[in-house]
Amino acid sequence: MTLQLIVFIVLALFIAVCSVLAVTTSRILRAATYLLFVLFGTAGIYFQLNYSFLGAVQLLIYAGGITVLYVFSILLTSSQGDKAEKLKNGKMVAGAVSTLAGLAICLFVMLKNEFIPSHFVHGELDVRTIGHALMGMEKYQYILPFEVISVLLLACIVGGILIARKR
Amino acid sequence: MMFAGIYGFFTRRNLLAMLISVELILNSVDINFAVFNRYLFPGELEGFFFALFAIGVSAAETAVAIAIIINIYRNVRNIQVKNLNEMKN
Repeated sequence: MTLQLIVFIVLALFIAVCSVLAVTTSRILRAATYLLFVLFGTAGIYFQLNYSFLGAVQLLIYAGGITVLYVFSILLTSSQGDKAEKLKNGKMVAGAVSTLAGLAICLFVMLKNEFIPSHFVHGELDVRTIGHALMGMEKYQYILPFEVISVLLLACIVGGILIARKR
Repeated sequence: MMFAGIYGFFTRRNLLAMLISVELILNSVDINFAVFNRYLFPGELEGFFFALFAIGVSAAETAVAIAIIINIYRNVRNIQVKNLNEMKN
């Protein structure tokens, strides 16, 4: 029972509990807070995998940007004391049954599968490798998706401003 | 996490709560890609970059979805999905 395993189990339980709480609570601002905890837990898993760059990006964009966006929009669009009303029992049971069936199928497939043997390379993934792979033009390098995602972000910025502006 | 997100998407009626469930699904998929890359393909970086770009794309999509929801709220004053059943009022 190494320390890595203990840390992973703690993080995984934290993420699982917070995600279930995020979808079953009736107050929506609490759901946004539980989502923030889930995003912190996910960044913790990335840091444990030695993917520090991905963990830092996750913290910046998700926990720092998107959560603030959600809190703003929740406070703009909900009246005071607005709680989600309870669903009819039939719908909740149907949702839970279908979700649990899907989870059972997924777990069955995962546990029966024989993965190729895992060779874990210890050590940090350094930023120089990431930089060369992101900006290079060779076969396995990613400059084209980088440019495309910059155009996509520009389009989303312009579209968002256009949709939500004051008339 | 993914199945919690799917359950939330099925059973919630507030549009923002449905978006939160979609965020849970996307996060779970990113973890999956990063772990597969780290453990099974240590020489290559495909899973890492897929997760990176997926984080970026989901941020953009969340921003546009929230802009649309704010616009809906300005016109209809309600964001429960059972009240949004007409295209033009």
